[in-house]
Amino acid sequence: MTDLEHIRNFSIVAHIDHGKSTLADRLIQLTGTVAERDMQAQILDSMDIERERGITIKANSVRIEYPAKDGQTYILNLIDTPGHVDFAYEVSRSMRAVEGSLLVVDATQGVEAQTLANVYHAIDADHEIVPILNKIDLPASEPEKVCEQIEDVIGIDASDAVHVSAKTGVGIPDVLEAIVTRLPAPKGDRDAPLKAMLVDSWYDSYLGVVVMIRVMDGTIKKGDRIRMMQTNAVYGVDKLAVLKPEMQDIKELGPGEIGVFTASIKQVRDTRVGDTITSEKSGTEMALPGFKPAQPVVFCGLFPVDNAEFEDLRDAIDKLALNDASFSFEMETSAALGFGFRCGFLGLLHLEVIRDRLEREYDIELITTAPSVIYHVFMRDGTTLELHNPADMPDMTHVDHIEEPRIKATILVPDEYLGDVLKLCQDRRGIQIDLTYAGSRAMVVYDLPLNEVVFDFYDRLKSVTKGYASFDYQMIGYREDALVKMSVLVNEEPVDALSMMVHRDRAEARGRLMCEKLKELIPRHMFKIPIQAAIGGRVIARETLSAMRKDVTAKCYGGDATRKKKLLEKQKKGKKKMREFGRVSIPQEAFINALKMDG
Amino acid sequence: MLSPNSLQVVLPEDWRAGGFGLYVHWPFCQAKCPYCDFNSHVAAEIDQNRWMRVYCSEIRRIGAETQGRILDTVFFGGGTPSLMNPDLVAEIMDTIRATWPTSNSFEVTLEANPTSVEAARFHGYRDAGVNRLSMGFQALNDPDLRALGRLHTVAEAQTAFTLARDTFDRVSFDLIYARQNQTLSDWRRELSKALSMAADHLSLYQLTIEDGTAFGKRHTAGGLPGLPDEDLAADMYFATQELCAKAGLPAYEVSNHAAAGAHSRHNLIYWQGGDYAGIGPGAHGRLTLNGTRFATETPLTPSAWLGKVEKIGNGENPRTAIPGSDQAAEYLMMGLRISEGISLSRHAAMANISLNSNIINELRDNRFIETDGDTLRVTAKGRPVLNAVIRALLP
Repeated sequence: MTDLEHIRNFSIVAHIDHGKSTLADRLIQLTGTVAERDMQAQILDSMDIERERGITIKANSVRIEYPAKDGQTYILNLIDTPGHVDFAYEVSRSMRAVEGSLLVVDATQGVEAQTLANVYHAIDADHEIVPILNKIDLPASEPEKVCEQIEDVIGIDASDAVHVSAKTGVGIPDVLEAIVTRLPAPKGDRDAPLKAMLVDSWYDSYLGVVVMIRVMDGTIKKGDRIRMMQTNAVYGVDKLAVLKPEMQDIKELGPGEIGVFTASIKQVRDTRVGDTITSEKSGTEMALPGFKPAQPVVFCGLFPVDNAEFEDLRDAIDKLALNDASFSFEMETSAALGFGFRCGFLGLLHLEVIRDRLEREYDIELITTAPSVIYHVFMRDGTTLELHNPADMPDMTHVDHIEEPRIKATILVPDEYLGDVLKLCQDRRGIQIDLTYAGSRAMVVYDLPLNEVVFDFYDRLKSVTKGYASFDYQMIGYREDALVKMSVLVNEEPVDALSMMVHRDRAEARGRLMCEKLKELIPRHMFKIPIQAAIGGRVIARETLSAMRKDVTAKCYGGDATRKKKLLEKQKKGKKKMREFGRVSIPQEAFINALKMDG
Repeated sequence: MLSPNSLQVVLPEDWRAGGFGLYVHWPFCQAKCPYCDFNSHVAAEIDQNRWMRVYCSEIRRIGAETQGRILDTVFFGGGTPSLMNPDLVAEIMDTIRATWPTSNSFEVTLEANPTSVEAARFHGYRDAGVNRLSMGFQALNDPDLRALGRLHTVAEAQTAFTLARDTFDRVSFDLIYARQNQTLSDWRRELSKALSMAADHLSLYQLTIEDGTAFGKRHTAGGLPGLPDEDLAADMYFATQELCAKAGLPAYEVSNHAAAGAHSRHNLIYWQGGDYAGIGPGAHGRLTLNGTRFATETPLTPSAWLGKVEKIGNGENPRTAIPGSDQAAEYLMMGLRISEGISLSRHAAMANISLNSNIINELRDNRFIETDGDTLRVTAKGRPVLNAVIRALLP
């Protein structure tokens, strides 16, 4: 156990690509925490998908021993947090477990929307913040300008910002010194009853559920009987360890320390992030304030391409859910797609990550239906309905009004793209709240309907600004609007998986675009196929996909027979993989691509 | 020839409904055409005597396995068989006649390029026993011939054709349509000119961009603009049917048109599910021996095939037996290409199960196919979308 004076706990706040993971790698490397031969880039991001996309999804932690210039050795605990807005919740709770933050800003780029969002979490958690200017080795870096920006926009003193290049290693020793000298030591009472915060938990196939804790008061040892104060469940500590970042057993953890334990806990759902852990007997009476659980805000249907794989999908989803309590699911039946699951996610990135993992780690091909948000449907009889799936929309005659979730979106964008961004927000039914300048960049704040953002808003934003805009949002509540359910009929058959909620004024334009897209996405058949969009019984848009006119092999002689037969059989198999609606086969990618509004 | 539809089929001898032919592959060309995905090679020097010995050895090998059969057809394909010395063709034909009795309507086809050099060999081929010439015209205007990588001109082709008409009993030529920047009226004009040349048989192929060809690569890289879309290609196909029928050369197969009695008997063996032996590099065959139908195949490169025959006296890769279900699928795919269609009972005997009657009814109700007793054939509406019809009928 280490005394409080020699502990520093911190997290790193940064916008994506500003060098958070590289800085963490350097700190780990320079202190010899990981042997040189075991070092790899983005060492704290253990999922393939994290490394591939260069993002952090899951919080992780590492304990670093640092012999400081004052001759004493300090224990530095870094909690690495996700930067993406979808995982903002994970960020905010991790922040509660540490006393300080390093604010990393790319000296060539300046402050971005994600930087802002995350630094506010740190300020909310009363953190001491050390600004770090990264990438100072690049000729395009402008440290003075960026310091000014940090002071203007965030409002913290940046005069003693540490200048580093995480890539070359310049300035890394200064960062370590700054952690020791500028961040506060944790507080706590070793003799008080155990009080520890459950920071995170995950499932490990060998160890079962691993629980990450921050000890506030008291001590915890292997073999201790502990109680989770929210669930009142009691467990025996089987294993106590610190992360370096590999697990290393430790005898005892005291106040201010961060570590992990296992206790024969079956699933992640049995642990509540933010819960207070104390001793079974004579524990503390005072629980920590705790957190609200993360609520899914985006929903979509996941269906196996091959219906026979439904049970495999169920298993895969169960397994993923073991490790991700923020993802919700329930079985769903679609007339069009058969059996599948209606799943709830923290945001679109979360959706993509889960879908990717299902396809990749469990080898199940999926059809993803249109993402939707939760609508509050107020019925004429006074009841209220939470609508997760447009297909479940009740008859409009019984509906009094519908409310939809709205968000406050903050977008930072170079001046030259401002016009395009404003147009995009306007097109998505946005209401401008604020428009200010931070240096040469405009900061636009919009009130937007979440359903206009969940699908391809971020893609569109990136494309109209050539990638120079940054974006973040927070939920601000529900508001009534004129919303209707638009259904799509292919060859006179309704395709429930394509129905969506739209604003009445935009229904026609959306319907037209959707029909045009489907006309391109559905291959020609042997007969012509009408494609219609309708509200209730009224058709608002229509396209006709003409019948196939030519599909015949020009040359087929003795030497071609084997090859051509195989080709036709392969095509037939491919067709079987498509979804049949009446007699029409719709390729799986059509379900998502039909919704994109880049037309 | 026996009509397959009237036959009461006994499966081990099923091939008799289609007949028995020999395919001889000559793998060399003077240059590789950019659209061609056939097994062809360009070589500086060819030892034609060596090829003669190897071909004849293969003929005798297969002859020993197929004793008692009557040979209906021989087809010299390639490559460019008109690069073969007439002596070589004569020696092969002598060996063939010494190996099998030939049918009364014995057909011997040779593929030829219409250049003057090759035309000089026509008489030699006729004397060797070739009685049908199939000429690779591909286009009837010079710029398009160049674009297709052809080495002849239209004038040269016409001279060669006249000579061929005077030399052989039957002459056919090939054209490719739906070429880059070709309009419907361009094609109608070109086809009318072709029909006025009094061939008894025409093979009219829609240009197909195949993977692994020069055109395939260019197409993937976006370097093949002006190819017609599906609708224009369909219009060209229908114009082809109309003009050929009017000229007395109706389609008897997707891309093949013939005057009465002038169809390619050899190719009909493929489409009617007959037996054929294939010799030469990359040649395929279908042989029914002791009640089992085998697919045969040989190594693709000339040197590998020659070496194999010379070393072990057999140019084939190991044979594979074709299960009944695959035989049935192949018969369906090949047989529906021709206007006479397939015999349902023959198909059922191969597959051991009948075709799905719901699908047959639906296709028939929509006039893609018609049935007539035991016969199932595609209609004029169904033929241009034959692949879709076959996909629907395949199990």
